[in-house]
Amino acid sequence: MKITVNVWRQKDADAKGAMVTYPLESVDEHMSFLEMLDVLNEKLTIDGEDPVAFDSDCREGICGTCGVVINGIPHGPEVTTTCQLHMRTFSDGDVIDIEPWRAGAFPVVKDLVVDRGAFDRIIQAGGYISAPTGAAVEANNIPVPKADADHAFEAATCIGCGACVAACPNGSAMLFTAAKITHLGLLPQGQPERDSRVIGMVEQHDAEGFGGCTNIGECTAACPKGIPLDVISRLNRDLLGALRREAVGS
Amino acid sequence: MTTTPTADSFHVVGDDIRDGAAPTGPIERRWDDRKFNAKLVNPANRRKIKVIVVGTGLAGASAAATLGEAGYQVVSFCYQDSPRRAHSIAAQGGINAAKNYRNDGDSIYRLFYDTVKGGDFRSRESNVYRLAQVSVNIIDQCVAQGVPFAREYGGLLDNRSFGGVQVSRTFYARGQTGQQLLIGAYQALERQIAAGTVEMNTRHEMLEVILVPDADGTERARGIVVRDMVTGEIETHTADAVVLASGGYGNVFFLSTNAMGSNTTATWRAHKKGAYFANPCYTQIHPTCIPVSGEYQSKLTLMSESLRNDGRIWVPKKQGDDRPASQIPEDERDYYLERIYPSFGNLVPRDIASRAAKYQCDDGKGVGPGGLGVYLDFKDAIARLGRPAVEAKYGNLFDMYARITGEDPYSEPMRIYPAVHYVMGGLWVDYDLQTNITGLFCTGEANFSDHGANRLGASALMQGLADGYFVLPNTLADYLAGSPFEKVADDHPRVVEAVQQVQERIDTLLKINGTRTVDSIHKELGHIMWEYCGMERTEEGLIKAIGLIRELKNEFWTNVKVTGVNEELNQTLERAGRVADFLELGELMCIDALNRAESCGGHFRAESQTEDGEALRHDDQFAYVAAWEYDADGEGRTPILHKEPLEYEYVEMKARSYK
Repeated sequence: MKITVNVWRQKDADAKGAMVTYPLESVDEHMSFLEMLDVLNEKLTIDGEDPVAFDSDCREGICGTCGVVINGIPHGPEVTTTCQLHMRTFSDGDVIDIEPWRAGAFPVVKDLVVDRGAFDRIIQAGGYISAPTGAAVEANNIPVPKADADHAFEAATCIGCGACVAACPNGSAMLFTAAKITHLGLLPQGQPERDSRVIGMVEQHDAEGFGGCTNIGECTAACPKGIPLDVISRLNRDLLGALRREAVGS
Repeated sequence: MTTTPTADSFHVVGDDIRDGAAPTGPIERRWDDRKFNAKLVNPANRRKIKVIVVGTGLAGASAAATLGEAGYQVVSFCYQDSPRRAHSIAAQGGINAAKNYRNDGDSIYRLFYDTVKGGDFRSRESNVYRLAQVSVNIIDQCVAQGVPFAREYGGLLDNRSFGGVQVSRTFYARGQTGQQLLIGAYQALERQIAAGTVEMNTRHEMLEVILVPDADGTERARGIVVRDMVTGEIETHTADAVVLASGGYGNVFFLSTNAMGSNTTATWRAHKKGAYFANPCYTQIHPTCIPVSGEYQSKLTLMSESLRNDGRIWVPKKQGDDRPASQIPEDERDYYLERIYPSFGNLVPRDIASRAAKYQCDDGKGVGPGGLGVYLDFKDAIARLGRPAVEAKYGNLFDMYARITGEDPYSEPMRIYPAVHYVMGGLWVDYDLQTNITGLFCTGEANFSDHGANRLGASALMQGLADGYFVLPNTLADYLAGSPFEKVADDHPRVVEAVQQVQERIDTLLKINGTRTVDSIHKELGHIMWEYCGMERTEEGLIKAIGLIRELKNEFWTNVKVTGVNEELNQTLERAGRVADFLELGELMCIDALNRAESCGGHFRAESQTEDGEALRHDDQFAYVAAWEYDADGEGRTPILHKEPLEYEYVEMKARSYK
């Protein structure tokens, strides 16, 4: 099928960007969206033009590296990662707009590539359990109710792609932050650091320039892993409790 | 006049090598003895010692976190935009550990035995035993970090069985075990970054290792040259030791289940500086991947081996039967694995399952486009367990399959075909995980050490974390006890030389300005490798492949087109550098495969098979690790083979049988 793509081209972080139009003559419906961009890049390279820079790595929907805004929707019309979106979703003659994640805390590096280092810094602010190597107790000495383990797992499937931020009108990273709070907060191992974790991570979230959460829910609608909105409620409860305990000094 | 070269004209034989760090004595005591005899570094001194770790997958992130926690100054590098994205994240099925929670007769000894046998007697007993011992600590460590493994209703950990074994020892987190383990290691790493013990450099690619002779003339690995992939800046980093945890080289085949960026550059650069490359031809072709759909295809997707627990593999009995699966009656289906291997059935090891699928397709019984596929059918499992139970176990895999193929695996069987998945070969290391270059260590898939000629399922995650959390921190300390070494000046001739080499290579790549894209050459290399150095190899084919690769290498260096400049984010330049190294590695793989005139594990030489088509080893001639030294004078054309003899004191060497 024939497709026309309008792609955001921006030389580097400081350059001014613009949409550039490229027609594609023979797109196979079984191609993934990124394979369609590979085909475009092969053509651009042969023509001596600069290929479109975009991030991708595993191409099986788990590493979280890829992600572009397709016709205004992060990762496009299906609830999946960009690499798992296939051209059979589109029709012959379609015009597709392709842009990078748009958020102040995710500056553009080049074309469709953005810097998501802010996510790593949020994790550094407490998104872990301090478990020095070698000091662990026998694994089955820490039983975890299956329901909690399953719920924690569900939250832990976040791939850190940033679609939640790109989808949010406020540019908030609350779904990402809350998924980690939920994953670790549901487990017995996560209890000792539960208060410091939520306070540290939320402070870092704000310091990175992500916006506040106003419970719009665009994040969960765009999330390729289906992280539910209620993780944010859990974060809010944890945060209020932690701040209260910090205030009264207990 | 041209003459056909003989198989042994492609290399020369050097001296045998020995694993100088290998302990002796009763096997169950060896690791404890090695740890006890290893020198220690006093905590106050650790702050003065710097260690470079390249790669942030399971092996790299766990090592960096543990070394940082111990108090060393760690400098960590990854090519991805975050350490959390390393390709360990894509491992699906699980991680083995000899916990014997099922009370089904498992033990450290049995895990050791299964792994040595599964590796077709081409791995070291001491290493494998240590791996089995440490496996139990890994599960404890990961649970303490909050890794959400699957649990039973009583709150205890669940297990499942995996290919090549008859016990249930695999711990898992739905179909995303690698993701959960990597996130655990990543979080431990981020904790150390916050504590200031680890300096993280993302979007940096290692392009050279720096060797510096000490006062006695011993060449030591003292640093690396990296390229900042955003600015193009070439940086040097020096340290007291260098650890390569840079993953496997399956992308030499272009199409594989590896990530787009997975590459051999770090290990290949080290090889060209003198590190031996061991058993490069040992490639794991995974039996259950989604078949290729078109020429544009950029990668292949694995369907976890765990699916073979409940899915049944079959082809139509009749050649060229193009009826839909649902219209082929039971008695016209051949469940060939169950038929040929009644005791292991669908759970035979990967190499056997892959080859069996190839034979069915070669015999004209393959299904789907081009006849390159076999069915993996869940009809019986759904009838027996109910759809919800199947969904709970494999839901995400079924979804992935549906998304990629546009077909519903709940109502029609999956089509699968083998694909390159993992490499058992890698840099040669001793028991301490040190390469033959002093101070250069190598862990995880990047080394060759534990899997022999075939890796069992759920053992890669085990090895990566064993190396990073438990083995390397002990053995590296023994080496570092002699440090900090004399500081290497930024203008040391060896540093300047390494930077110059990197710079010249980049300049050359950018200047060629030919007519072929990097990907088109990479694809061509992949076709050559798959055809002649894939599931079945022959002397004739391998000699042909070496010739083709040499021509292609020449084509690359005279006719490749790399657009743009160095001083920017230039993904074409990144790929060009990696493909240049794949071309050289591909040649060495073929030379290794040509030398090994036997079949073992994932390496199948058509000339060496039993009457019923099973792999036939020649232990009298090939019970050794093939460690290759780069032939610097001949630009790699005639590598030097060093043999490390393998001895089996505990497990009797015999033909594997899964019948």
